[in-house]
Amino acid sequence: MGDRKIRVLIAKPGLDGHDRGAKVVARGLRDAGMEVIYTGLRQTPEEIVRAAMQEDVDMIGLSILSGAHMSVCKRVLELMSQYQFHVPVFVGGIIPADDGEQLMKMGIAAVFGPGTPISDIVNKVKEIVGQEISE
Amino acid sequence: METDKPEKLVLNQKSAQLSELIKKLRKGDQIALAKAITFFENDPELIFYLQGELQEILTQSKSHIVGVTGSPGAGKSTLTDAYVSALRREGKKVGIIAVDPSSPFTGGALLGDRIRMKRHFSDDGVFIRSMGSRGNVGGLNDSVFGVIMLYKLYGFDYIIIETVGAGQSEVDIAYVADTVVLVLSPSSGDEIQLMKAGIMEIADVFVINKADIEGAELLKMNLETILNISEVCKPIVMSVATSGKGIDELYNEIEKHRIHLYETGEISQRANRRMKKHAEAILDKRIQSVLRSIDSNDVNAMVNTVLAEICKSRFDG
Repeated sequence: MGDRKIRVLIAKPGLDGHDRGAKVVARGLRDAGMEVIYTGLRQTPEEIVRAAMQEDVDMIGLSILSGAHMSVCKRVLELMSQYQFHVPVFVGGIIPADDGEQLMKMGIAAVFGPGTPISDIVNKVKEIVGQEISE
Repeated sequence: METDKPEKLVLNQKSAQLSELIKKLRKGDQIALAKAITFFENDPELIFYLQGELQEILTQSKSHIVGVTGSPGAGKSTLTDAYVSALRREGKKVGIIAVDPSSPFTGGALLGDRIRMKRHFSDDGVFIRSMGSRGNVGGLNDSVFGVIMLYKLYGFDYIIIETVGAGQSEVDIAYVADTVVLVLSPSSGDEIQLMKAGIMEIADVFVINKADIEGAELLKMNLETILNISEVCKPIVMSVATSGKGIDELYNEIEKHRIHLYETGEISQRANRRMKKHAEAILDKRIQSVLRSIDSNDVNAMVNTVLAEICKSRFDG
């Protein structure tokens, strides 16, 4: 009957223009058979959450290299509870280890640093979304 | 049949969930709208549960369906974005379906039409849904029919469907939209391209986008000549979508066409055509699923036998 596809939104919040990482991840997830919605540069948390909501994605991936990861992630999580739209969020970029731990405590589902193999990200996304669906 | 039971139960469950979502989306709940679309995307046949009173409301709906098609990179998304701004200035609510190609190999897709529509992300009057073509080769996705119904129920005044980058024969949009906008750009090719059958035949409004680059006037002249030869009179709009040039004219031409459809009664023909195409899409899918359900070893053996026969007759004789 149904043929369920994993849908992921890849967004680039904040002001830095380095989106190579986001593109590599988007492409990798695409090649793993997922539908990836890429929103481009310089998105506000508000725009990201609304896009994710309209696209009804299973997961959001944020690429942040500007150092603003703590505040951006906090705001994204706040907005999701405000809209009552809850999906797991993963973050990629230059994230110091301590911050990474903090983010996980805040409710971020996964943090990927530089050099993470794409296959690791693909597997993690599948695992997390798989858990959500079975719940 | 006994064996049908579990599947039927799931369907009943799904249709109950769907009716709940429809109740909510009709009150303006965008999350419910988004979730209902996912239902249809994963199972287009759920449409059969949209019966009765809903059908009545749907036939009364005046949402105008605009199809935007054209080759990859011609500027469909940018033009859509600019046209949406014009509609918003008039206070119209807009639902967008943006289709990009799915990989025939992995089924994955990179959906990037939103990138050009950023300025509408935080506007409550605009709803954007990106879709992979999921195996459809006509430039759309089979669930667009269902999504159109949901958009109508939500109450959008205009529904814009952006097809995948279309070359020559991706013409399904002609069966779906009330008004088809074909976006060309100066790199679209010479007049022979314009004379070819297929996508050039389906436009209600032609747009020559990127009109500020060389070749735009020549393209317009060629297009006018071709339209003259075929004795059709269709508007040609020159635009630069990135600067907004020509967008008011596009808006006006679409309005003219919309009014023309109502005055001539053609609007109901288009609606019928859409329903027929929808029925065909469902039938196609069923045939495919029956074919898939045949034991694959048998099919492979059959295909191999046929291929071997063809090769044999070819080389032997």
